[in-house]
Amino acid sequence: MNKTSPVAANTKSMTFRRSKTRISDKIIPILLGLCAMLSVFTTIGIVYTLLQESVIFFKEVPVWSFLTGTTWSPILPPKEFGVLPLLGGTLLITGIAIIFAVPIGLACAIYLNEYAPARVRGVVKPVLEVLAGVPTIVYGYFALETVTPFLQKIFPDMGIFNALSAGLVVGIMVLPMISSLSEDAMRAVPKSLRHGAYALGATRFEVALKIVLPAALSGVVSSFVLAFSRAIGETMIVTVAAGATPQLTLNPLESIQTMTSYIVQVSMGDVPRGTIEYGTIFAVGLTLFVITFLLNILAQWVARRFREEY
Amino acid sequence: MFKRRGRKPAGILVLVLMLSTLLAACGGGTTSGGASGENTDNGSAQQNEGSTTTALSGTIEIDGSSTLHPLTEAIAEEFGAANPDVRIPIGTGGTGGGFKRFNNGEIPISNASRPIKDSEAEEAKSKGISYHEVLVAYDGLSVVVNPSNEFVDKLTVDELKKIYEPNSTVKTWADVREGWPAEEIKIYSPGTDHGTFDYFTEAINGEAQASRNDSQITFSADTNAVVQGVAGDKNSIGYFGFSFYEENQDKLKLVPIDNGTATVAPSMETIKDNSYAPLSRPLLLYVNDKELERPEVSAFMTFYLDNAASLAGEVGFVPLQDEQYQEEKDKLAK
Repeated sequence: MNKTSPVAANTKSMTFRRSKTRISDKIIPILLGLCAMLSVFTTIGIVYTLLQESVIFFKEVPVWSFLTGTTWSPILPPKEFGVLPLLGGTLLITGIAIIFAVPIGLACAIYLNEYAPARVRGVVKPVLEVLAGVPTIVYGYFALETVTPFLQKIFPDMGIFNALSAGLVVGIMVLPMISSLSEDAMRAVPKSLRHGAYALGATRFEVALKIVLPAALSGVVSSFVLAFSRAIGETMIVTVAAGATPQLTLNPLESIQTMTSYIVQVSMGDVPRGTIEYGTIFAVGLTLFVITFLLNILAQWVARRFREEY
Repeated sequence: MFKRRGRKPAGILVLVLMLSTLLAACGGGTTSGGASGENTDNGSAQQNEGSTTTALSGTIEIDGSSTLHPLTEAIAEEFGAANPDVRIPIGTGGTGGGFKRFNNGEIPISNASRPIKDSEAEEAKSKGISYHEVLVAYDGLSVVVNPSNEFVDKLTVDELKKIYEPNSTVKTWADVREGWPAEEIKIYSPGTDHGTFDYFTEAINGEAQASRNDSQITFSADTNAVVQGVAGDKNSIGYFGFSFYEENQDKLKLVPIDNGTATVAPSMETIKDNSYAPLSRPLLLYVNDKELERPEVSAFMTFYLDNAASLAGEVGFVPLQDEQYQEEKDKLAK
């Protein structure tokens, strides 16, 4: 159930040959530990940089007005630094993506796990995982050049840059994450549970929905949260297809700007270092980091809280 | 728990895999180290080559227009690659700021996006600075709308100002000119740190960086996004360097500009002969004559004029004809 246990089991089996492998037994944990520490140090480094640069920004702009301001206009006068339009843009994109990806991803996982013949599954699952490997810049232009013109036929008033198209494509991007992780979680549900339900006369659909899904809930829900967190941080798709208009709107047909695409916009230009404009990208970056960090904690909490032990 | 016993081989496999990636990483480290060693070898070989033929060294400090900066920087980069001992720091103090330093003899070359003013020329004279004026390219902006837009036949400078000025009240085309449809305009502009933005706001709104700033206007750091926006939105308007229009003619409709004396559409010709006013201007370098005697400065100027034609288009300017570059070179040689 947790990933380290095969390795642990493995070390146990090695104790039989301890005399010959003593040195490697000492070195390998150190090497592995260093690899693990690398990611910890990277995280610490990122947090340090974000905080250091944001402090300069927050000396000029009070945190409260940053978090509650409804106008984001950091470069041109009248300058205002309210992050809500960017946050709203990000959440609009993420919302569209999740509304699109969760039902389809879940349906896909249920189909693959409960209905699909082994051969179909053998084809569909790798194909789904290929989707996860498509570079996001490609998704970005797919949204701009293919999805948007198609949607414009349905909504003639829709702008070329809009939240809907970008959100849907972000949804396509996180789809494999949801279906694949959910499917793994469902697969881990013991066969005996299914057989028991069948023996009581349950249909396949009932087994899938009432037995397997609740049993796999922790894995399924954490796949949602991970997908959510991935969608929030997505950069290229929204930069290319969602526009650069920071505005607080719920209308998915409008052009918006997300936190990530704002950071791209500013870092592509030549805003001088040390200015308040330059500080904005770190303040926004920090906000983004805090959100995804909280979501990941939530995912872990969900995984633990809803875990079913068999 | 009991099932896991069967997975022991998988555990070993995982361990082996991890170890092999570790080893591979180490191997990669050594090979890349070797490669970088080779690189430095190559570098010094190149340097040797350079020193045997030209042996140029020194610092050429340039300051002035931020508009011309990308072209000068691109050329300085290429020049630096061929002459690694020549340092070329380039400032962006603005055309006026550049002339100030130039007239004080602080810098050998000044970037300018307008000809030198009489007052500045007099100051140079009084301080004993003689110079060459070198034309390197033209900068022209094109104002464009969506090709499906049939009513916009031209725009006056005032109408452009109405659309783009700070606190603009224009919402729909009807607000721009009576009789045009009351459909909301989608306004696009290059990002605020583009020279194009500075130039447009100065020429149209009277002050660099003065622009409307609301949810109706979209600033894009990438000029191609402005092209995509105007090409994709029915009621859009945008502007950018003329070269971007040339590359995307089929997706855009060019708007002729009425400046009060004539209505002119931008083209290579109207930009060069300055009739496309106020949205076209010459880009110039001013070189201090005394500094031009330094071999690295004259080599840089020759290099500039040899490469301006190919690089000007890349950074969004209109290059001169080849003969004109030759003329400029001849002027310098005098």
